[in-house]
Amino acid sequence: MIRARDLTKHFKVHKRPPGIVSALRSVVRRRYDVVKAVDGVSFTIERGERVGFLGPNGAGKTTTLKVLSGLLHPTSGEVVVEGCVPYRRQASFLGQITLVMGQKSQLIWDLPPAETYAMNRAVFDVPRVQYDQTLAELTELLELAPLLDKPTRQLSLGERMKCELAAALLHRPTTLFLDEPTIGLDVAMQVAIRDFVRSYNQRHEATVLLTSHYMDDVVALCPRIIVIDQGKLIHDGDLRQLIKTMDPDKRVSFTLTQPIGDDELARLGTVLARDGQRITLRVGERDVAGVIARVLGALKAADLAIEDPPLEDILRVMFGKRRGDRAAEAS
Amino acid sequence: MRSAPSRTLRALPTLLRIGVAETVAYRAEFLVWILTTTQPLIMLGLWTSVAREAPFAQYSSADFVAYFLACLIVRQLTGNWVAWQMSEEVRSGAMAMRLLRPLHPFFAYAASHAAAIPFRSIIALPVAIVLLASSGAGALTTDPVQLALLVPSIALAWLITFAVMFAIGALAFFLTQTMAIANLYFGLFSLFSGYLMPLDLLGPIAGIARWTPFRFMLSAPVELITRTLDRDQIVRLLGGQLAWAAATLVAALVLWRAGVRRFEAVGG
Repeated sequence: MIRARDLTKHFKVHKRPPGIVSALRSVVRRRYDVVKAVDGVSFTIERGERVGFLGPNGAGKTTTLKVLSGLLHPTSGEVVVEGCVPYRRQASFLGQITLVMGQKSQLIWDLPPAETYAMNRAVFDVPRVQYDQTLAELTELLELAPLLDKPTRQLSLGERMKCELAAALLHRPTTLFLDEPTIGLDVAMQVAIRDFVRSYNQRHEATVLLTSHYMDDVVALCPRIIVIDQGKLIHDGDLRQLIKTMDPDKRVSFTLTQPIGDDELARLGTVLARDGQRITLRVGERDVAGVIARVLGALKAADLAIEDPPLEDILRVMFGKRRGDRAAEAS
Repeated sequence: MRSAPSRTLRALPTLLRIGVAETVAYRAEFLVWILTTTQPLIMLGLWTSVAREAPFAQYSSADFVAYFLACLIVRQLTGNWVAWQMSEEVRSGAMAMRLLRPLHPFFAYAASHAAAIPFRSIIALPVAIVLLASSGAGALTTDPVQLALLVPSIALAWLITFAVMFAIGALAFFLTQTMAIANLYFGLFSLFSGYLMPLDLLGPIAGIARWTPFRFMLSAPVELITRTLDRDQIVRLLGGQLAWAAATLVAALVLWRAGVRRFEAVGG
């Protein structure tokens, strides 16, 4: 279980205008700003939950993950993960968690991943039988066999990420902090990583807290999302409910088999995209059934898809509204 | 989970093995490391030419040969670069990954650097030993007690050097550029450790040099090899090494503990 109560993390940042005069002045007299990276955030995540942790760049997501994993000392507030205070970094705590950062590597750069795995086995004191079993399982799920003996520096980004995940999970942690685990990966690899995380979560009843700029990751993996902006929590709840509240309309996409005029399309819903015969409409929830009947019936569409609005759009509206509110307050 | 000392001890063989694998991963870098600790050979050339005609102070040409070859051997066995590594890892944020492992980074770095020693010394050490035996043997001690104590003395010199470098590395948590501190350290080390000249030749500051930790990083084992010491002198030498090992170890761990609180885990 993860519990954060009134968590804050402030950084003191040296501030200096550009130019040589400012540079020389800063030698004698320094000016600092306090950046409130995390500002009074509270939430609880139960064992086995998969939670998406979302926010724009600089919102405080990674800082929060670093506090939860014990890398950073919080400025104030209370944090408990698996019954431990993270920043004390007791062995019993570190043995239960893992942090995967898409932009940081724990693999030993000049050696094959198998060497990092051997080191982690020794450091985490994983019994040989359990290690062999876990490594075999991870090797199969992530298709690592051809990668284990290649120097890490010669692996592609996707291959390295798969090896990173295995290194992070060899000690079978029950809490996974995943910070952009699919960054830079192609779509097939993203799907493979997602499937793997879901499977690990189900097999080991592991708690997953995921940040990602790929909303597909979040939609596919996380029934619940926590959204922060400028260090403050602005939403904590069910993903579908958030979408429904923010934008209850559906996106109906279909491919026409016969020409149709713009006027007739406009009667079905708001046209969001028209690419040749491929149409995407925005349709009110109550009108969806009627539109489907018309599209498949009279219009003889070749295919049809009904989707929720993209999470990206929901978040853009959410953050845009907050920016607007703040600007209004400021003026 | 086992206790921390038990886990550390059990992990040690694997860490040493991986340290060896890392050391030999790059052949060119390996050769450069061998060359970086050969400064005593330059000083040897300089001082033997000074003493060619007549002894300088009490040192004959053969004494200087013995002294600087002994310096080369000790330096090969005790030198390390952990401050540079730590500074880079703190600046880049890579330190975060070490902090997520249930093993104090002091031991992880120590194992990695200790594993490199035999390989760094693979060429220079046999050459130095052969030269020492052929050219400077007359200036070496024959006291079996001193020779036996050489091993713990070099081990303590390694520990003091490592702890000081670890402490400098931990300063990276507080300062953006710790390499300036490392350079300052190396200047003081060169002067007060006997790296540039035997401490006797320092004149009025020789008395100060005898009490600094630098002496116990290099000069102490060299003195054990090249001089005949009485029992009191031996006890003071090893006692000094023990005291500085304890002091620098405590300083390194305290600085580390304070520094980690300030870690900002930059990037990503």
